[in-house]
Amino acid sequence: MSQSETPLRTRWYTKLFGPGAASGRALVIFAPVAWLTVFFVVPLAVVFGISLAIKEFGRPPYSDLLTVGEGGTVQLTLHLSNYLRIITDPLYVTAYLSSIRIAAISTIVALLIGYPMAYFIARARDPWRNVLLMLVILPFWTSFLLRVYALSGFMRGNGVINGLLGIFGIEPIQMMQTDFAVYVGIVYTYLPFMVLPLFTTLVKLDVSLLEASADLGAKPWQTFWSITLPLSLPGIAAGSMLVFIPAIGEFVIPSLLGGPSTLMIGRVLWDEFFSNTNWPRASAVAVAMLLIVVVPIMLMQRAQDAVVEGRTR
Amino acid sequence: MRRNWLILSLTVFGFAFLYGPILSLIIFSFNDNRLVTVWSGFSTRWYAELFADTQILDAAWLSFWIAVASASIALVLGTLCSVALVRFRRFRGRTALAGMASAPLVMPDVITGLSLLLLFVSMESLIGWPAGRGVGTIIIAHTTFCIAYITVVVRSRLSDLDLSLEEAAMDLGATPVRVFFDITLPIISPALVSGWLLAFTLSLDDLVIASFVSGPGSSTLPMVIYSKIRLGVSPDVNALATIIIAIVTVGVLAATLLQMRRSARKSS
Repeated sequence: MSQSETPLRTRWYTKLFGPGAASGRALVIFAPVAWLTVFFVVPLAVVFGISLAIKEFGRPPYSDLLTVGEGGTVQLTLHLSNYLRIITDPLYVTAYLSSIRIAAISTIVALLIGYPMAYFIARARDPWRNVLLMLVILPFWTSFLLRVYALSGFMRGNGVINGLLGIFGIEPIQMMQTDFAVYVGIVYTYLPFMVLPLFTTLVKLDVSLLEASADLGAKPWQTFWSITLPLSLPGIAAGSMLVFIPAIGEFVIPSLLGGPSTLMIGRVLWDEFFSNTNWPRASAVAVAMLLIVVVPIMLMQRAQDAVVEGRTR
Repeated sequence: MRRNWLILSLTVFGFAFLYGPILSLIIFSFNDNRLVTVWSGFSTRWYAELFADTQILDAAWLSFWIAVASASIALVLGTLCSVALVRFRRFRGRTALAGMASAPLVMPDVITGLSLLLLFVSMESLIGWPAGRGVGTIIIAHTTFCIAYITVVVRSRLSDLDLSLEEAAMDLGATPVRVFFDITLPIISPALVSGWLLAFTLSLDDLVIASFVSGPGSSTLPMVIYSKIRLGVSPDVNALATIIIAIVTVGVLAATLLQMRRSARKSS
């Protein structure tokens, strides 16, 4: 759509929402902006504020940032001790790094399992394609928590996997309460998020390119390496983000499947808040965690905007 | 041809991985033994126990209504948000709104939960509202992240929509509000339904955010399930999971069949 057409195309909206009738338009914008400002943006600012307080006994259990002294003087007290502690205490540093490691490894494993699945579904014939796609989406609609629980029953010491191993005379393996269980848990629960974007890019892939490549004498793996894989990079990127970002902050999986030595930043935040009731420290951990996710978030946002904007033009 | 076998076996492995744990959970929900993994005969006693457990039933009922309320409020706000983002091309704060509407999608649950709790606590000490935490604060929290999901679904449908229909109605003298309710809304209604269902499911499923913002006496279903699982094996959770899986499977099957029939009609 060219620039000159824009006024004509949006004419009726201009009637209601244009300069002459700004109220209707303002109302439509105002409601979501107000809600998201009050309940999404302001809370993040509050977290940042409280991360600069220290734990105190009382309700609420943190020190006041602003205190009114004698004669009405307002005093601002900021503490950097929480951030200092996060940087110097190995607990937080380890949790931070192992969250990134666990999320990254799980993402790669999910990609390795999800790619062939997405490829197979994209190449399947019509009724089958829909059935397989539905089978991928189905677990996503069932409860996340119950799927993690199902997995724990599967991997338990006297669970199904060890039962099967026992048939072949293999000793039971300790899987639960290890980092391995956390990897499996993340891959298991987030696999649909990897498969769906991969499927979307692979199904749009022009088959004639693959045929041309084969006609020119390329071996299947060469075709895959030089055509299919590069063309599916947007799907790989989207799927990886959708697994990596939530995995970093994951709480349920490390707490139900991992052992006491499985440190993840989401679990540390939870314990800081619920077990130690140290709200300022938990807030500082949240701010630190935001730093890891903010870059991928911005990349996601830009990619999403590009897709939506591209379609309207 | 060897490559195809490789892809096929990897796909089979992937689906086995997705469904193995779920199938074993369903099978063992009919197990008579309290030890979840030792089979000692068919029984429906865990279903009987589940339906006698008022704690779980109350929590399920509460979660259901929280999900209905959050998804419905979020549907209205998310649709307004989509209209603003898609139809109003330029206005001050458009980038900010787009950012606010998609950031909750990728915000870790622990941060969303903590930040909302701290907001509620600060607001209570400043203006006295909300007085205490409970169902109301959970609905506010769930609505906030549901807006983001509904906006994704509705926004993409709205930007695919052919403007000429709306323009034709305008040219025939319909007011913009009437055009929206008579033309736009019916056309995007499938997106509204799937957005609402998505929001409903996500609200029903949330453990972390609800744990932060709930108060005494307002334990949602995931909170009750989580504390049961933490205490150890509980076969009635298997029964509950089987019931949920059955409902979801029927729903998704029906939706897929409907969609397949519709696309078949379109192509014929």
